[in-house]
Amino acid sequence: MTMRGQAPAILLFAGLVLFPFAARFGADAYLIALGARMLILALAALSLDFLVGQGALISFGHAAYLGIGAYSVVLASLVGIDDFLLQALIAIAAAAVFAALTGYVSLRASGVYYIMSTLAFGQMLYFLFVSLSVLGGDDGYTLSSRSRVFGRPLIASDFAFYFLCLAVLACAYLLLARITQSRFGRVLNAIRQNPMRARAVGFRPFPFQLAACVIAGAIAAVAGTLIANQSEFVAPAFMSWQRSGELLVMTILGGVGSLWGAILGALAYLTLEETLSLITDQTHLIIGPLLIIVALFGRRGLAGALTPRLSGAAA
Amino acid sequence: MKAPLLRVEGLTKRFGALVVTDDVSFTLDGGRLVALIGPNGAGKTTLIDQLSGAARPDAGHIVFDGADISRRDMPARAALGLVRSFQIAAVLHEFSVLDNVALAVQARSGSSFRFCGRASREDGLNTPALAALDRVGLLARAGDLARELSHGEKRLLEIAIALALKPRLMLLDEPFAGLGAEETRAGVRLIGGLKSEVAMLLVEHDLDAVFALADEIAVLVDGRLIAWGTPDAIRADKGVRAAYLGEEAFA
Amino acid sequence: MSLGLVIVQTLNGLQLGILLFLIAAGLTLTFGVMNFVNLAHGVQYMVGAYLAAMFASLTGGFWGALALTLPAALAFGLALEILIFRWLYDRDHLSQILATFGVILFLNQAVKTIWGAAPLSVPTPTALSGSIVLMPGLLFPVYRLALIGAGLATAFALYLFINHTRVGMLVRAGSTNAPMVSALGVNIRRLFMLVFGFGAMLAGFAGALVAPILSVEPGMGDNLLILAFVVIVIGGIGSIRGAFIAALMVGLIDTLGRAFGPQMLRLALSPSAASQTGRALAPMLIYILMAAVLFERPSGLFPVKR
Repeated sequence: MTMRGQAPAILLFAGLVLFPFAARFGADAYLIALGARMLILALAALSLDFLVGQGALISFGHAAYLGIGAYSVVLASLVGIDDFLLQALIAIAAAAVFAALTGYVSLRASGVYYIMSTLAFGQMLYFLFVSLSVLGGDDGYTLSSRSRVFGRPLIASDFAFYFLCLAVLACAYLLLARITQSRFGRVLNAIRQNPMRARAVGFRPFPFQLAACVIAGAIAAVAGTLIANQSEFVAPAFMSWQRSGELLVMTILGGVGSLWGAILGALAYLTLEETLSLITDQTHLIIGPLLIIVALFGRRGLAGALTPRLSGAAA
Repeated sequence: MKAPLLRVEGLTKRFGALVVTDDVSFTLDGGRLVALIGPNGAGKTTLIDQLSGAARPDAGHIVFDGADISRRDMPARAALGLVRSFQIAAVLHEFSVLDNVALAVQARSGSSFRFCGRASREDGLNTPALAALDRVGLLARAGDLARELSHGEKRLLEIAIALALKPRLMLLDEPFAGLGAEETRAGVRLIGGLKSEVAMLLVEHDLDAVFALADEIAVLVDGRLIAWGTPDAIRADKGVRAAYLGEEAFA
Repeated sequence: MSLGLVIVQTLNGLQLGILLFLIAAGLTLTFGVMNFVNLAHGVQYMVGAYLAAMFASLTGGFWGALALTLPAALAFGLALEILIFRWLYDRDHLSQILATFGVILFLNQAVKTIWGAAPLSVPTPTALSGSIVLMPGLLFPVYRLALIGAGLATAFALYLFINHTRVGMLVRAGSTNAPMVSALGVNIRRLFMLVFGFGAMLAGFAGALVAPILSVEPGMGDNLLILAFVVIVIGGIGSIRGAFIAALMVGLIDTLGRAFGPQMLRLALSPSAASQTGRALAPMLIYILMAAVLFERPSGLFPVKR
């Protein structure tokens, strides 16, 4: 991972840091709240990119972790825990358990069967929360306020909340980039490229793939805690299969495997959606064909288009 | 008498009604190179698959260095030193040549559940990897991506990866397939040089290479071992000649 | 839980199952023969329903609508195949997911734009309207029985086609080993077109059949798509027989589970706990079934051997 290889990520984060200042001087403070939401979904897409790009594990149920994180905030606040860090820890623990249990079943399958298995588990969780009327069921649950950080309402302001999201995103990116370069990441990558070769050298795919699911799930759950705070509202719709599909789309759009590409893909997709919705409320008439065109002609996604000379995943 | 390194008893495998491995039994001693030959479709690769753990036999036992490994999976056998190379080169195309071998070294160097540090910068992994590459003559290509290698170089990389695993027994599945004459000669020299360090079971069609390298030759026809002996004995064996039906090398 | 209620719900379950089969059949073949992840199959079903609604208002009746919908759905499916999908057969699943997701977004919005968000209605054909008496005091709509019958007849015809015609044999062969079939000189492009078009037509047919009894609205195919995926995974990708059996299983388990689940739990739990748990578990049942099947048979119940 050379400095030159990191240039796109550095530029991206620089832009993201500057954005809220520009927005403040511009017209709309609403943009900052919108920006925070985009960062959160970018975080979820980032974690999915790790799973898909490094592990070749195409999960169609990744939004379930957003739901786990979001409902962790709800459940924690119901028992009086309103500290953000504690809520995040609860979310991570819940996500790890869910990932381990479902991964144990899903990873027995491969290819399309694996994809469908992840979808099934996502749906199960969705229906579970729909049926829990004590948490609002289908209508959702409204939080009384945002979580506290170190006992104080530090993220009550949208401006501060944006930077929390950005900080978490940056940390997650650095973490995943490191893991990718580590011994673990190398084995995971090898399993992705050629599972038989990995086994012939002495590595069993299952433990590595399961660990990857846990890591990705935990990060997405943190995104879930943020999304609960962003809207101060949580509903099962957060983890519908359509949301899972959108996360996959953002990841693929950005270019699977480059990590920062997923962030870019999420930002691009959501920005496009927002911009188009200003012109028309039939945004999907344009977005749909755009996705088709990217699928047909944009082989390596936005990241691939912007950095044509960089190739390969390992250093 | 020293116990054999590999003992195979009654290995049988069927695909439906077709018997691809028919009650195969043999032993292989350490330090020996046994060549496995036979007509196309004889079941040589399937036998290698069962020995390496890629396929499960329907019956029979495999005992490696005194331990029954019949139920163990491929990674377990690799960890014990039973290593194979693939007929269709299975190198990791997105990795560099060095990383391909360093990964194998990594498999034998402690836990891979380390999430920090740069694996590709670990001297403890790279040094043995470079040594293995040097052994096969690929040192100059260490920094290149594996996908840029020629076919012959990929076969060499396969052998370097196998060597990096500190093998006791190497199962080589047609390592010279698709190589030109000069490359094959170089390959034969390489394999010959390894004979004292590691036992080998070599599946090959190139009979010149076979006769140059083999201490013993086993002949597999329709899944059955019809002959096993020294190169001279095999050359003279009438049953083998009949099985090959006028193969020129035996003429 | 009376016998009458059980019979009605069983018939409802069969109806759902038959519907799922019609949708899943095309999906499993597309997966099996072309290895193509087609998320857009659900909108194919929706398009069939909308076409039926449109033709019904033009021709004034159900039968005319049905007769016109079938070729229209086929043409629509082929158009999608020629314009978009055939270029994706060689690509990885991710590109296919991206493209077909785009198709879903576009078509769900397009029908809303053309026909509005409010559900359309299609009149039940007079010949099949009304109910018949199954038991004293138990009525069941004739149309729904006819639907089940039509579905079973289609399933039987499909079985004959796949197993007893030359083209069907090619489809089965393509499902096990498409490159081999191509190497044997069969025009694989045409085979793919046939498989895709036929599957699209079946889905459209299903849409037309349900148009009189379900609301024809944007997004109506989305949840059935998920169920169809569950069906083909349980049944085994590429297997029509697997799709049939799995579809009936899923239809029955889902319907009966929702109808009688809470009641059956009352045998073990208190009424309120049974109700809560029942309502939570019932929609999850088929996913639990799918997970269980995948755990034991990672390639489904009737995998097509490759």
